[in-house]
Amino acid sequence: MKAVITVIGKDTVGILSKVSTACAESGVNIIEVTQSVLQDLFAMIMLADIEDAVIPFDALREKLDRLGSENNLKIHVMHEDIFNSMHRI
Amino acid sequence: MIETKDILETINMIDNENLDVRTITMGISLIDCIDSDIDRACDKVYDKICRYAKDLVRTGEDISKEYGIPIIHKRIAVTPIALLAGVCQTQKILKFAKALDRAADTLGVNFIGGYSALVEKGFSSGDYALIESIPEALSATTRVCSSVNIGSTKAGINMDAVRMMGRTVVDTAKLTADDNCIGAAKLVTFCNAVQDNPFMAGAFHGIGEADCVINVGVSGPGVVRAALEKSDCKDITEVADLIKRTAFKITRMGQLVAREASTRLSIPFGIVDLSLAPTPAVGDSVAHILEEMGLEVCGCHGTTAALALLNDAVKKGGVMASSHVGGLSGAFIPVSEDAGMIDAVNAGALDITKLEAMTAVCSVGLDMLVIPGDVTPETVSAIIADEAAIGMINSKTTAVRVIPAIGRKAGDTLAFGGLLGAGPVMELRKGDPSSFIHLGGRIPAPLQSLKN
Repeated sequence: MKAVITVIGKDTVGILSKVSTACAESGVNIIEVTQSVLQDLFAMIMLADIEDAVIPFDALREKLDRLGSENNLKIHVMHEDIFNSMHRI
Repeated sequence: MIETKDILETINMIDNENLDVRTITMGISLIDCIDSDIDRACDKVYDKICRYAKDLVRTGEDISKEYGIPIIHKRIAVTPIALLAGVCQTQKILKFAKALDRAADTLGVNFIGGYSALVEKGFSSGDYALIESIPEALSATTRVCSSVNIGSTKAGINMDAVRMMGRTVVDTAKLTADDNCIGAAKLVTFCNAVQDNPFMAGAFHGIGEADCVINVGVSGPGVVRAALEKSDCKDITEVADLIKRTAFKITRMGQLVAREASTRLSIPFGIVDLSLAPTPAVGDSVAHILEEMGLEVCGCHGTTAALALLNDAVKKGGVMASSHVGGLSGAFIPVSEDAGMIDAVNAGALDITKLEAMTAVCSVGLDMLVIPGDVTPETVSAIIADEAAIGMINSKTTAVRVIPAIGRKAGDTLAFGGLLGAGPVMELRKGDPSSFIHLGGRIPAPLQSLKN
């Protein structure tokens, strides 16, 4: 299963590194990354393969959520299917 | 890969615009629980519901976490209990309500619907017993919801039932007067009731339905309002198109959840009901959508037209997004649950007559309307008859869920808390309809019924 991880917040040094480290620790393979910085708002979207994750989906969500609040970011982890079904016919 | 703007749009809808799956409702047939011994029947009812729905709440929570979609309620709808009550050799059928309440409590669902009777053309003994027991049933339980269908386009309106329901609504409010008359908020009187509605308080599992089925109700007035706010529609056709597109996206999410729930629970998928069901939360109001279309305040002239467009566009968007769209699908206008409606009432812009007109084009009817506590049962019956007539003639579902605020008068407020909100007590029209209501009998089915 693939998950979409979105990171939104104020741009600071090392956001990508922190999120990808957390993913690596959890056995989550990042397939694709797009990011943009609009003024000082940072928005990063990752497509990640969580098939071989070493922790359950729920724990991954909580972990990244915690990481987000520690760094003043909003991190969402959602199932890829929701975006596919809402935005594609 | 999925486009960035689409991903951000979805996240924004959930985080800031109150998009949610309002309910996963499991419909369970109780036909095989029928027994002439009421205690045995109640045991069967309790056991069957608990057996079928044992994983409902957990599955709902799992899907919610996994997909990152809020799923607010997990609920149960059952076969109209009047069908079971008719077989029992007793008039004391309150035990059924208690069995349903116990099952809901065991399973952790907040409402269970189906303490219902379908009497659009006449009563059986079970129907009588059930309607008579409603006030006590709704005051003695906390999770049971009740509904009675008193009319249809095919059958006409059962005015004897209308008379009974007026009294039932008032008695229910009186019996729960210490608890903000909450009983009446759990009681709906329908014309053209649908058999697969997942929304409470009017949900029941129709007799034409399968043994067990999963229906999903999606909501999102906030999303529609925000889409309109962000857009620069040049004319009303563009407004309708935008609502359609938004409704499509919302329904797709519901379809995904419904399919997933159905697979995980190994229960057939029934329908997705796309209803714009407001909540008292800021930004989750149907009235605010209408105002976003250019009305100064909900209730001013033009409101009915705007609501008609909204209701229709929501259906059109939803119908392509799901393999089975059903239930009530459209826009709800429950006054106490909608911050914009409450403001409109308090500002004197919205009254019961305008609401009645709006029910001719919305998806249901007069909903969560708080009325003065000294209202006569006949007046409540007359309100029900008016609504039922609109439903019967227009071949649509209409409903009445009014709450007589015992001890309060027009201008006061009755607060229920939670999703039911708080409602200003609304003025009713003058004059006494008693003689009309006491005529009884049946309003003949209209010409529209003769389609064969």
